[in-house]
Amino acid sequence: MSALDEFRSISRSRRRTGPAGTDEETRDNKVAAIFLAPWLLGLLAITIGPMITSLYLAFTDYNLLQDPKFTGLENIRRMFTDDRLAESLQVTFTYVIVSVPLQLVVALGLALLLDRGIRGLSLYRSILYLPSLLGASVAIAVLWRLVFGADGLVNSFLDIFGVDGPSWVSDPDTALGTLIILHVWTFGAPMVIFLAGLRQIPRELYEAAATDGASRRRQLLSITLPLLSPIIFFNLVLGLIGSFQSFTQAFIVSNGTGGPSDSTLFFSLYLYQEGFTSFRMGYASALAWLLLIIIGAFTALNFWASKYWVFYHD
Amino acid sequence: MTDALQRARRPETASSDPGPAPAAPRGSRRARRRVTGVLKHMGLIALALVMLYPLLWMVASSLRPNDDIFTSPGLLVDTFDFDHYPTGWDALSYPFSTYLLNSFLVVLGSVIGNLISCSMAAYAFARLRFRARRLAFVLMLVTIMLPIHVLIIPQYVFYAQLDWINTYLPLIVPKFLATDAFFIFLMVQFIRGIPRELDEAARIDGAGHLRIYGQIMLPLMVPALATTAIFTFIWTWNDFFTQLIFVTKPDLYTVPVALRSFIDAQTQSDFGAMFAMSVVSLIPVFLVFLFGQRFLLRGIATTGGK
Repeated sequence: MSALDEFRSISRSRRRTGPAGTDEETRDNKVAAIFLAPWLLGLLAITIGPMITSLYLAFTDYNLLQDPKFTGLENIRRMFTDDRLAESLQVTFTYVIVSVPLQLVVALGLALLLDRGIRGLSLYRSILYLPSLLGASVAIAVLWRLVFGADGLVNSFLDIFGVDGPSWVSDPDTALGTLIILHVWTFGAPMVIFLAGLRQIPRELYEAAATDGASRRRQLLSITLPLLSPIIFFNLVLGLIGSFQSFTQAFIVSNGTGGPSDSTLFFSLYLYQEGFTSFRMGYASALAWLLLIIIGAFTALNFWASKYWVFYHD
Repeated sequence: MTDALQRARRPETASSDPGPAPAAPRGSRRARRRVTGVLKHMGLIALALVMLYPLLWMVASSLRPNDDIFTSPGLLVDTFDFDHYPTGWDALSYPFSTYLLNSFLVVLGSVIGNLISCSMAAYAFARLRFRARRLAFVLMLVTIMLPIHVLIIPQYVFYAQLDWINTYLPLIVPKFLATDAFFIFLMVQFIRGIPRELDEAARIDGAGHLRIYGQIMLPLMVPALATTAIFTFIWTWNDFFTQLIFVTKPDLYTVPVALRSFIDAQTQSDFGAMFAMSVVSLIPVFLVFLFGQRFLLRGIATTGGK
């Protein structure tokens, strides 16, 4: 069961025991306090505390050196006239909306291909999974810069066919595309999750369907996809949340600028520049909350839409 | 469970292909299936090659003279040039071993922190009854999905006040406070699969929770602990965002931050050296992948880690 299913079942279930304070619910209070002390301290000091602080900072002008100066809605007003913010939102949305579904389709397609007891499954799975472990590293981003550079690997190949390719990473029209390809390249992690999900589908269902004369395609549409839909949903939600926060690849490929012409200015990269290069901590906090709101809204939208396409058989 | 595994492992040929009784002669059907099987394998092998190609090219390029790198898209190295490794090793202000050691230090601290703090919290969530347990659990689940960016600025301010910037404390201390809630969840899931009779027997024998946790749960949780250790290793090793922000002194640079300064310093020149150090930086992750694959795959299969 995934964290999302857990969430779902908690939000639907009612309290099973009596009101708080009964013996059954609180018998381990003291010992639980010991076990949870590190987590609770972390939650308060490193998560909730900073969240509240950043909410306050979002309404201030703050450069780390002087005390934060309360400026009311100034930062929010500024957002509406900030061209680079608009640009970075557009870049981020394009990236998320293209790369997440694309990666999932590839992951699902390969999981389906590998599912039926294919020989060499574990070798294929390992090879296809490896890039998703390395993909977040600086080394791979460095590699990408050179693979898609003016004299890079891609253009050396094109050269063989007499095509003179551009420098993909320094052309504003193609730079984001190289990052999308990098994201798709790491499809191994969702693929492994899909494979695990496919194993849970009882084979009897397929046998029964086949006896009734259902074609392979029919079986895919009527059995596999519905039964896999909670896992598709899970991968979708995690993929969206994760890729809204992408940072490393754009940072390295553009050498910290988000260029060329802001075409790879991911939201988190812009936030980093505002906060840690220009030291506009107040505005950067406001941006961080904007990101949280966007991610939250997207996730909520997803949960809402899931009613119409995610099939739970419990 | 084993039943399901066996079913999943059953090779293609043995699975009674369902479907209506074949009207066509058996031979041609089998031949057709063999053809699609071969096509499938050819496609997968081609895909695997495309996926691995950039990595292999990087390794090949790290062994080529600089002049060859951008003229050879192939993987075969004509003239070997091993100089890139020593050159790259000493190209930055400190030898690369410094950065490797720094990264290992951060990783070690993070792994130990996560193992202790997350297993303690997981034990409480999975086995203890306490006030506001559901609320705490929901909060824990929510923090899994919380973007770090919302926290990073106030955290920076906070650590600056503690004088922790340019130390590894901002990278390690949070792990001792179970801020990687994903692993708590992973362990809760695992503990739920351990029969309660075991703890109850121990309780009847007079063992307290601390002893049950330490002497019964932890040994039984080894697979979940291994998964946690491996993921923490890889994620911390690759982590760039927080290390870039909290570590700005060159002697404290970790591997990702050092590699980054490579791009800055060497914009026009030594690509071979940069490739060589990139390869070096990936080796630890690759080794962990090689030896810890079982735990990795189980970890993401059971809880869908990312």
